[in-house]
Amino acid sequence: MSDKNKKGPESKTYKFDTLSLHAGYQPHKNAGSRQVPIYQTTSYLFDDVDHAAALFNLERGGHIYSRISNPTVGVLEERVASLEGGTAALATSSGMSAIFLTVMTLCEAGDHLVVSSQLYGGTVNLFRLTLPKFGIKCTFVKPRDTEGFKKAIQKNTKGIFGELVGNPGNELMNMPEVAKIAHDEGIPLIVDATYQTPYLCKPFEHGADIVVHSLTKWMAGHGSSMAGILVEGGNFDWIQNDKFPTMTKPYEGYHGLSFAEEFGPTAFTMKARAEGMRDFGPCLSPQNAWNVLQGIETLSVRMKKHCSNAEEMVKYLLGHESVAWVSHPSVPDHPDHALAKKLLPNGRGSMIAFGIKGGKDAGVAFINNVKLASHLANVGDTRTLVIHPASGTHSQMDEATLKFAGLSHDMIRLSVGIEDIDDIKNDFEVGFRAARKPRLVSNQ
Amino acid sequence: MKFKVNGDEIFASTGGRPFDKNKPLIIFVHGSGLTHMTWVLQTRYFAFHGYSVLALDLPGHGLSGGKSLKSIEEMADWISSVIDAVGYREASLVGHSQGCLVTIECTARYPDKIKTLSLMGGAGAIPMNPELLALAENGDPKAVDLMMDWAHGPAGHFGGHPVPGLYHINTGGMLAKSRTIKDTLGVDFRACDNYKNGFEAAKKIKIPTLSILATDDKMCPVKEGKKLADLIEGSKVDIIDNCGHMMLLEEADRVLKVLKSFITTNYPSKH
Repeated sequence: MSDKNKKGPESKTYKFDTLSLHAGYQPHKNAGSRQVPIYQTTSYLFDDVDHAAALFNLERGGHIYSRISNPTVGVLEERVASLEGGTAALATSSGMSAIFLTVMTLCEAGDHLVVSSQLYGGTVNLFRLTLPKFGIKCTFVKPRDTEGFKKAIQKNTKGIFGELVGNPGNELMNMPEVAKIAHDEGIPLIVDATYQTPYLCKPFEHGADIVVHSLTKWMAGHGSSMAGILVEGGNFDWIQNDKFPTMTKPYEGYHGLSFAEEFGPTAFTMKARAEGMRDFGPCLSPQNAWNVLQGIETLSVRMKKHCSNAEEMVKYLLGHESVAWVSHPSVPDHPDHALAKKLLPNGRGSMIAFGIKGGKDAGVAFINNVKLASHLANVGDTRTLVIHPASGTHSQMDEATLKFAGLSHDMIRLSVGIEDIDDIKNDFEVGFRAARKPRLVSNQ
Repeated sequence: MKFKVNGDEIFASTGGRPFDKNKPLIIFVHGSGLTHMTWVLQTRYFAFHGYSVLALDLPGHGLSGGKSLKSIEEMADWISSVIDAVGYREASLVGHSQGCLVTIECTARYPDKIKTLSLMGGAGAIPMNPELLALAENGDPKAVDLMMDWAHGPAGHFGGHPVPGLYHINTGGMLAKSRTIKDTLGVDFRACDNYKNGFEAAKKIKIPTLSILATDDKMCPVKEGKKLADLIEGSKVDIIDNCGHMMLLEEADRVLKVLKSFITTNYPSKH
C-alpha cells in the first residue's frame, strides 16, 4: 500500500450500538452486577461532614439526594449524552419537564424565545400560554420559514426552539440554517429530537446546542414509562456576549459560582441540575430510568423496523382510494424530502400524517374501527398508534392556531409500530371500510 | 479570575472561591490542548479548604489571551511569571501530562519558588506518535478523537463520570476543540515532542514530589512514570488500577484523596 492510501490511526472509541448497551456503566464499581442496578433510594450516606460539604459545594462528584441525582438515572444520562455526541445530560420526569427546565435555565422574566409553530400541542400551550405567566414571551414561526426565524429575533431573545420534524404535520425545520441564524445572534438553538432519536439524527452535528427528548417515546420504546432528558452539545459559548448573566456571572445560590467559567462545555447541564432540579424538582424515578435503559439497549434494532414499516405504510397509503394526502419525509414530493435525506440518513422516522377522504366524520369512523392500532395520545410505542389530532392532542387549540400549526380536520396521525406490516395494513382496511360508510358502521 | 502575564490577559479558575493572597497558593497546569476545566474535581476542594487556587488556562488556551507557547521551557518560565504576577513568592505545583513536563522544568529552574510538586500521568519525556502530531498540526479534529481514545482507559471508555450526567470522552473532546486545534493541540504536541530535558530536570528536584500513575495509561505508561520518579529524591508514587491517562476525571476521588494527603502534609495551610 502506498503512503497516499494509508489510512493512519483510527479512534477506537465505542460506536453507537455498543454505547446503547454499555455507556455510563461500569459493572466492577457495582458489585459486578451485569445489569444496571436500580438504586431505589432517596438519599446517600456521607463519609463525614467534610464529604457532605464537598458534595454540596460541587467540589466532588457524587450523590446527595435523588431529586438532584441518582446512580441509575445517572447511567441513563450518560448513555443518552454518549449517543447524542453531547457532553452532559439531565434526565427529567417527562419530556415536558425537560423543555420547561431548559427554558427556565436559559431565560428570566422579560426574555423572549423564537419558537417553531409546529410542535406537540402541550409544547405549544407551554410557549403560548404558560411561559408568558412567568414573563417569558414567544414568537411563533412556521418551521419552513427560515428567514422568519431571523426576523422574529429581538434584543431580549435568548434562544430558538423547534422540533426537527414538526408534530403532527411532518414539516421540517432547516436545522443547519436556523442554527446559523441563532449563532449569528449569539443565542443557542434548542431542538426537540424526540421523533428522531439519536439513531436517526444527531442534532449537534447540524448546529443544535441543546437537545431535548421525551424518552417516553422511541427511546424507551415500549409505552411503559414517562421520562425526558435535556442534552448539552458543549459547543455554545455562553461568555461571548452579555445575554446570559445567570450562566456567566457569580451565582448567589452556589457561593458566587460562575457556571460557564467553572464547567465550560457542561455548564448548562450543571446549572439545570444545581438550580433547576434543586428548585423545581421534576426528577426521574430510578425504576423509570431503568425501564428506559432497557429500551435504549435495542434502539437501533427497533428504529430500523419502525422506519421500514413506516416506508411500507407510506406506499400503501399513497395508493389507497380512501386517502386524500400523505405527509412523510420519505415521499419524493414532500417539500422537505431533500432536507430529510441530508439530516435523516438512517431513516425518515415512523410518524406519518395523512388526510382521510370524507373529512372529520370519516376520520372519527376510521379511528373508532381499527382494532390492532391503538387510539391513544402517545407516539413511539412498539405498537402502532393512531389519533385524530384536531379532536385529541391538539384539541385545546382554536381554529386559527390549528391552521397556523398546519393542522386540518381530516388529518390522522399515525405512529407506525413494529408489528408485522401485513397485519397493520389489514387493520387499516377495516378502518377505511368503516370510514367510507361512517353512519352505517357507527350504528353497528 | 483574569490577570496580566507578560502583557497577555490570562484566565485562571480560583476554584469557586475568591483569590486570597493570605493563603498558600496551588497552581494547576493542564495537559496538551486542554483547559483549566480538567481540574474541576480537584481545585474546588482545595479552594474551599484553606488554599488559594489557580487552575490556569495556558496562553492561547481556554479563556486566556495570547498565543500558545512553543516550548516546555517557555511554559516553565511563564509559570514563574504567573507566581510573580499574582504577588506570591512561592507556590505548590500540580501538573497533568504535558503539565508535568512544564512543572518539572519550572521546579528545576526555580527551586526556591516551588514548594511541592504533584505529577499526574507524568513522564520524563512524551514523544508523540508522528501521525497524531501531524493531524494536530494540520488542525484535523481526528487528532482530538484519537487523543480522547488513547487518553481514557478501558473503564473510562464506558463512562461512569463522578459527576452525574457528564460523559467523559465527549467532554474532554469538546475542551480540546474549544480553540483552534492546530494553534493549541498542534503547538502543545510539538512542544512535548521537542522537549528532551525532563530526566535532567528531575535530577535537580529536591522538594517533596508525588507521582500519580495509572495502570491503563497508554500515553504515559507506569514504567515511564516510575523511571521519572526514581530520579527525584524521596518522591512518592501512587498507582491507580483500572484507570487511564485522564485519571483526574476517571478516578477523580482517588486522585483528590492522594493529592489532599500529600499537599496538606507537605504544604499545610493555616487557614
